[in-house]
Amino acid sequence: MLRDITIGQYYPVDSIIHRLDPRVKIVATFVYITALFLVKNFVAYGYVLLFLTVSVLLSKVPFPFMVRGLKPLFLIIILTFGINIFMTKGEIIYQLGPLDVTKEGVIQAVFMGIRLILLIIGTSMLTLTTSPIQLTDGIEKLLDPLKRFGVPAHELAMMMTIALRFIPTLLEETDKIMKAQMARGADFESGNIINRAKSLVPLLVPLFISAFRRADELAMAMEARCYRGGENRTRMKELSFHGRDMAAFLLVTVLLVAVVIDRF
Amino acid sequence: MENIIEIKDLVYVYKSEENEKVTALKKISLSIRQGEFVVVIGHNGSGKSTMAKHINALLLPSGGKVYVSGLDTADEKNVWDIRQTAGMVFQNPDNQIVATVVEEDIAFGPENLGIPPKEIRIRVDEALRSVGMTEHRKKGPHLLSGGQKQRIAIAGIIAMRPKCIILDEPTAMLDPSGRREVMDTIQRLNREEGITIVHITHFMDEAVNADRVIVMENGNIVLEGKPREVFTQVDTLKKLGLDVPQVTELAHQLIKSGLNVPGDILTVDEMVIHLCQLL
Repeated sequence: MLRDITIGQYYPVDSIIHRLDPRVKIVATFVYITALFLVKNFVAYGYVLLFLTVSVLLSKVPFPFMVRGLKPLFLIIILTFGINIFMTKGEIIYQLGPLDVTKEGVIQAVFMGIRLILLIIGTSMLTLTTSPIQLTDGIEKLLDPLKRFGVPAHELAMMMTIALRFIPTLLEETDKIMKAQMARGADFESGNIINRAKSLVPLLVPLFISAFRRADELAMAMEARCYRGGENRTRMKELSFHGRDMAAFLLVTVLLVAVVIDRF
Repeated sequence: MENIIEIKDLVYVYKSEENEKVTALKKISLSIRQGEFVVVIGHNGSGKSTMAKHINALLLPSGGKVYVSGLDTADEKNVWDIRQTAGMVFQNPDNQIVATVVEEDIAFGPENLGIPPKEIRIRVDEALRSVGMTEHRKKGPHLLSGGQKQRIAIAGIIAMRPKCIILDEPTAMLDPSGRREVMDTIQRLNREEGITIVHITHFMDEAVNADRVIVMENGNIVLEGKPREVFTQVDTLKKLGLDVPQVTELAHQLIKSGLNVPGDILTVDEMVIHLCQLL
């Protein structure tokens, strides 16, 4: 039951977007977000939409799959939409009880709604097309220059890798403990929220104890395999910058420039 | 032949949770030749794991010396060379796999040694072939069986090109078919690649094909010799609360009831031959 949860929403197909260097994808995502927030009118949204459509088509990730990712954020979109419609001052076109709907409000709401949707789809492109391990590698390499200022880039990346590695293991273990406790009459499903929270204690205590034991053993196994931090360490798969990475980088820069020019 | 592991009067004392001094190893001496297949058996708490951790410099002696390939484990400068020479595989396969993809995990050791990427690739492919896991190289470790995970852990050590592999009860958490997989893998590595194996176990059947069996009890080595020599001492082993391989046990019982079979039968095949001769 618990094993069905997938963390991150990587969609494993082979496409040019999937093959891009993770560093480029991370940077491009940030440029994309910046461009999106600089957009001042609907024409500029056209540019962003064009860019997004091209990348979605190239990525071979089915569009319905992306829309599914929007669902949990639907409430936030509606809320933003509502607040903007009712809270913007201007020419009143409709009155709903004590609330005024203004022309500017409607425009603002639509504007913000589009921004949110483009933001969510755009950023989910990163996690849909980059495997967690690539993402970790990319983050490590991008943080590399900050090592000089004491940012533990390698350690952070290693922690993320280990966390990802142990998610399925610990989920399986949770499932096992839950079943063992249920076999002894524990009830995780009925009662009010306080009772249910209380019933989690016999689940969490053994889980934590086992996690610490695992951490201890893993540390020893890592030491036995000569792990001594990030220094002098090499990687089997080195990240390399290809022509396609340059193209992607140029494309997202063009988007940013177009949006900036459009402001004036 | 050269001795790869040389243990001299090893003593290990630690403090228990009640702050009492516990002596886990009491003046142990042992030499292991390059290319030998040694099996260490004994109860929980007999000191066999503690001894294994000394060979990998995970524990340091309270007294005496441990040399691996001529290097003193107590000298801090030697630690990484020793761990590269004598790789270690642990009991729980889940708790020694670091990466989320099989081949990335095998690359972990060589990456730590700072080996160039191309060379790592070659070593990883070799190690995968060596344990017969090439087809699973892109999988997540959580999708593998226990035996397969343990083979990946062994591959991770092989990729560091060690002269010796110490296996600390690698089969204890596996089902019979997983045990078979792991045993076949280590026996092949020993025979074909000449890697010294120190295999710690409490399954007597796994000791049958060893060059030498070492029996530990209460921090001492109590018996040592070829499997035949050790397992014929059925009564001594029983006194220590240890078993002998099932077939040997059967031979022992048959002798007691007056049948004329040798007492040093270790495998089912031998038993079949001798019983057929009797008929």
